[in-house]
Amino acid sequence: MAQAKKTQVSMTVNGQPVEGLVEPRTLLIHFIRENLQLTGPHIGCETTHCGACTIDMNGMSVKSCTVFAVQAEGAEITTIEGIANPDGTLSALQEGFRMMHGLQCGFCTPGMITRAHRLLQENPNPTEDEIRFGIAGNLCRCTGYQNIVRAIQYAAAKLNGTEFKEAAE
Amino acid sequence: MIPGPFDYHRPDSVADAIKLLAELGDEARPLAGGHSLIPMMKLRLATPDHLVDLAGIGALKGIVRDGDRIVIGAMITQHELLASETIASAVPILRETALLIADPQVRYRGTIGGNVANGDPGNDMPALMLTLGAEYTLEGPSGSRTVAASEFYQGAYFTAIEPGEILTSVSIPVLPAGHGYAYEKLKRKIGDYATAAAAVVLTMAGGKVATCSIGLTNLAETALLADDAAAAVIGTTLDDASLKKAAEAARAIMSPAGDGRGPPEYRKHVGGIMVERALKRAAAVAR
Repeated sequence: MAQAKKTQVSMTVNGQPVEGLVEPRTLLIHFIRENLQLTGPHIGCETTHCGACTIDMNGMSVKSCTVFAVQAEGAEITTIEGIANPDGTLSALQEGFRMMHGLQCGFCTPGMITRAHRLLQENPNPTEDEIRFGIAGNLCRCTGYQNIVRAIQYAAAKLNGTEFKEAAE
Repeated sequence: MIPGPFDYHRPDSVADAIKLLAELGDEARPLAGGHSLIPMMKLRLATPDHLVDLAGIGALKGIVRDGDRIVIGAMITQHELLASETIASAVPILRETALLIADPQVRYRGTIGGNVANGDPGNDMPALMLTLGAEYTLEGPSGSRTVAASEFYQGAYFTAIEPGEILTSVSIPVLPAGHGYAYEKLKRKIGDYATAAAAVVLTMAGGKVATCSIGLTNLAETALLADDAAAAVIGTTLDDASLKKAAEAARAIMSPAGDGRGPPEYRKHVGGIMVERALKRAAAVAR
């Protein structure tokens, strides 16, 4: 078919109302990165596998390469840019990734942290197995999973006000 | 990885969606969670001119108990299935299976209606629906009709849905108290389709199998109901000989393709093993 007509979309991203004119085929990740210039969410595989494009949409972790921007009309969205504490200090998860060396090349990190953010909202005190199952939609090609899991455990402990203890090797 | 152009429609009732599909004709596709369709569109394997998004239709969103059946709206996501007390208590195998589908992000978006209606032999829900004796409600320009899951699947991506129809709900008979169940899925990694999978629902009486049904995923062009395999264990204590017989009967109807998950011989081999494991685990759960 010929060019489809453009559609106005509006949503709330990191607490700010935003809008734009998009083709219906515009993927949400492209709208976020190109229209909104929020380049934290990454494009990794673009085939719904890797999770680098994960954002939080209406309280759910979503691979934004597999949602059209028009489907996000009216949505409440949080990207990695909206994860830090309101005063600009690192959130517990960001601090955990820093302290536990939860990143190597850093490409998967925005998706990992955004996904872990929702995981800890739903399950504030996850077991190691629950963390691994909960981040199964996010791939780290540095294969740094051990420290990613530790980073999430660190954040959970901090948010729960308990002391982070390394599991015995 | 940019899909072809299309026009987007978001009706707020089933009647409006059906009307739109009728007006727009063959080049319109309904959009549910989009986690099969959008990847296909990005690869340009699907190039619909119109998408009719069902996400705005509240009537497709419920999970209700209706007498001796559980009725699930087509737009209920896998995540919502997992969160449902009704599902956990009345159809626990549905919860077990949903947990084995894809990954968390996909489960937040992927719907039961899309999973069963797409006709993808790799999807997990069709074999389960065959095993459970589920029925699908299809609504179209000439009204509503009910089709048994066992009559629905005709070939890969080829189902009983007529052009212009939408699958609006899935209805599952409530299982007897004390039934045993298991969904055994062999996959290379989380998020992958099954190399082979088997669903079993059974009841036991006096240490013997009283009733049994078995479904198979990704072992033919469609999900399969393995009637002969189920018949092979009824009246037995699930001794080794009966388990072997069931596995062989199941293998006899499998015709998997060879792909990255293995050659057909391997997939049939492990398919039989999935049947044995699912039978054993289902019997262990039964009371």
